[in-house]
Amino acid sequence: MKKNLLAGILAVSMVAALLAGCGKGTAQNTGTAGTQAAADAAAGTEQASTERAKANEIVIGIAQDLDQSLDPHYAVAAGTKEVMFNVFEGLVKYDSKGDTVPAVASDVQISDDGLVYTFTLRDGVKFHNGDTVDLDDVIYSIQRCKDDPKVNPQTSTGLQCIESLEKDGDNKLVMTLSEPNTELMSLLTLAILPADYDKQDTAPVGTGPYKYVGRTAQESVELEKFADYWGTPGNIDKVTYKINEKVEGLVMGLESGALDLVSHLSSTQVAELNKDNFNIEQGTMNLVQALYLNNEAAPFDNELVRQALCYAVDRQGILDMAFDGYGFPIGSNVFPAFTKYFDESLVGYYEHDVKKAKELLTQAGYPDGFDMTITVPSNYQPHVDTAEVIAEQLKEVGINATLNRVEWESWKADTYAGRNFQSTVIGLTADPLTARSLLERFTTGQRVADEEGNRGNNFINYNNADYDALFEQAVKCYDDAEQVKIYKEMEKNLTEHAASVYIQDMADMVAVRKGLTGLTFYPLYVLDVSTLKWE
Amino acid sequence: MMKKKLNGYLIAGCIITGIIVLWIIIGRFYTPYPPTKMSSAKLQAPSAAHLFGTDKFGRDIFSRVMQGSGTTLLIAALTILIGAGVGTVVGAVTGYFGGIVDEVLMRLNDALTAFPSILLALVIISILGPGKYNVIIALGIVFIPSYARMMRTAFAAQRDVNYIISARLMGASNLRILLIHMLPNTLHVLLPALTIGFNNAVLAEASMSFLGIGVTPPDVSMGYMLSEAQGMFRSAPWYALSVGGVIALLVFGVSLIGEGLQIMNKEVD
Repeated sequence: MKKNLLAGILAVSMVAALLAGCGKGTAQNTGTAGTQAAADAAAGTEQASTERAKANEIVIGIAQDLDQSLDPHYAVAAGTKEVMFNVFEGLVKYDSKGDTVPAVASDVQISDDGLVYTFTLRDGVKFHNGDTVDLDDVIYSIQRCKDDPKVNPQTSTGLQCIESLEKDGDNKLVMTLSEPNTELMSLLTLAILPADYDKQDTAPVGTGPYKYVGRTAQESVELEKFADYWGTPGNIDKVTYKINEKVEGLVMGLESGALDLVSHLSSTQVAELNKDNFNIEQGTMNLVQALYLNNEAAPFDNELVRQALCYAVDRQGILDMAFDGYGFPIGSNVFPAFTKYFDESLVGYYEHDVKKAKELLTQAGYPDGFDMTITVPSNYQPHVDTAEVIAEQLKEVGINATLNRVEWESWKADTYAGRNFQSTVIGLTADPLTARSLLERFTTGQRVADEEGNRGNNFINYNNADYDALFEQAVKCYDDAEQVKIYKEMEKNLTEHAASVYIQDMADMVAVRKGLTGLTFYPLYVLDVSTLKWE
Repeated sequence: MMKKKLNGYLIAGCIITGIIVLWIIIGRFYTPYPPTKMSSAKLQAPSAAHLFGTDKFGRDIFSRVMQGSGTTLLIAALTILIGAGVGTVVGAVTGYFGGIVDEVLMRLNDALTAFPSILLALVIISILGPGKYNVIIALGIVFIPSYARMMRTAFAAQRDVNYIISARLMGASNLRILLIHMLPNTLHVLLPALTIGFNNAVLAEASMSFLGIGVTPPDVSMGYMLSEAQGMFRSAPWYALSVGGVIALLVFGVSLIGEGLQIMNKEVD
């Protein structure tokens, strides 16, 4: 009897604690301190968002924390660049079509032989710390990207063609190249940073329409409108990014009124949302989603096995099963929105064909299939779903695939940098937006370590002499049409040798709270907050 | 020895658990649909064809639960086997011999207890990597300390009672004394503890898979299904409810058995 009484008291106190917990949650979500603790959830939603609209603030939900270092020249993760796009600018920057337009430079003159670029510095461009941008800052930033070994090798190798940077008066920069480079303008979107500032890691300072205010690790990042911006200023005064590694959490955040905008949602998650409160916008992710195969790990060091996998995987099946039919199938390492370089004929190169896959496996010496592991970053649900569908499809040819869900940090360190994996599902972006940045990563130069032991971005260890030769040709080719042709050859090479199982460019579903307008899609993995506004 | 009487708890618990275990065993050999077979009938509500409905890949939830609870049951059982097995050995050695062995082992045990159990499991998993068997090892280690402590008390209590002293005088070996004379007399402590431990293991496995560090697909597990179901609770409530319901029922059944055993022992005393 006494025991029952005790249990009863415990149960009651637990329920009370639970209720208290809920109450606190609501108060936090609505952000209202007051006596209306009992206000129902619906009213709370309404209230929170209208209050933010009034205060001219928005809260955006993202699925991963930013890189440890916020220094834009060192940034690795697409998720970091997506946010910091609003903070930094280069001499030029991308517009929504993917073309480069003047930013910190107001004008550029290119000599006829393509060797001398003369940039005119825009008048009165200010850094977020109040200093005015001068030529020293520009030269420092470009020089740093060219020389610093920690910079993304795609950027630094591209910049090696710069022979000299000279000042001409107060506001002209003369850049002389050793050889013409058709991709230089894309590379010059690199962030212009103050020369005499050493806290970019933790308190980044740029020239963009939004300035960085602060971050709480694993929790949030705050940006604020930069009042002295040289161009069209942003509309929203304060932007907060909330980090929630569970996408379900983001969806709930939207519903509860805590979040106003979430990108990269899946069709299933969109289906959960109440359409009365949200507009769903659809763009493309502009990334190459593939089952990347480690070409040095058995059995994927055998081309026949890789080809078998390409035949065994049914791309349309993946789209239907995991993405409700949304998405754009691809056949090589370029996404469809990048129309100039996208080769549509490669999409159907490997038609889904179980019989052929089995034949190839038999030929390769695996008539009964084999066991393999697919490593996936657990916080990117679309990749996890894709991997799960692939595992099911591979069963048909006798391959037994197990998923290894890892944390994002461990994916970056072990899988990508450490190349310690058999296969992984991930999406690769183009940054800068050039064919080179998408295709150079599979060359030998990016595969093997340099003298200092740094390895490049060829994390799948693709090793093909023809491919390397084509790349050499491409970078030396100054005729645009000819260059496009060579890059397309490279794409074809990747497809023919089945470097990886290319799947799709995912549809990018963005949920935007009603009343918030101005969402602009870029052919880049970025979210431009400067065009957003409350009506 | 007094006759042990069955009681209502025990009977009800055995019936519930028995039905579920039978269902799970059937699931090893036969499921209405292959548990990982995807189809275009996605997120269907429960119907005659799909008793528990279908999930986001059009897989039959009933079949998945049949198989998934099997995985969960296997993990829980093996976990307890490791935890209670090693725990009993440690408890017997420390409780019976005492002295320096007792000191060293029990301090180690204390150190292990100092970590919150799920955190300890997390650490072990992060070293071993995820997967069914690693989960068993991790949880097994986590469960050792509580059994060791409990069994030590049970063994120590008998060390100086008359029949043990007599056995020792008769020249019985330590091993014989431990196994034949002492172990049977600790069962009244061990059995209820096994049922409680089993339930904790079921829940621990579910929590770990829920957090994404336990069983990995395509292995089906209850926790993984729950974490999937959580995201679609509004559009497909049957998913979370059916998976959660089966876990609850399994735990409930075994709890009843534990309760029944305890009552039975009390009546004997």
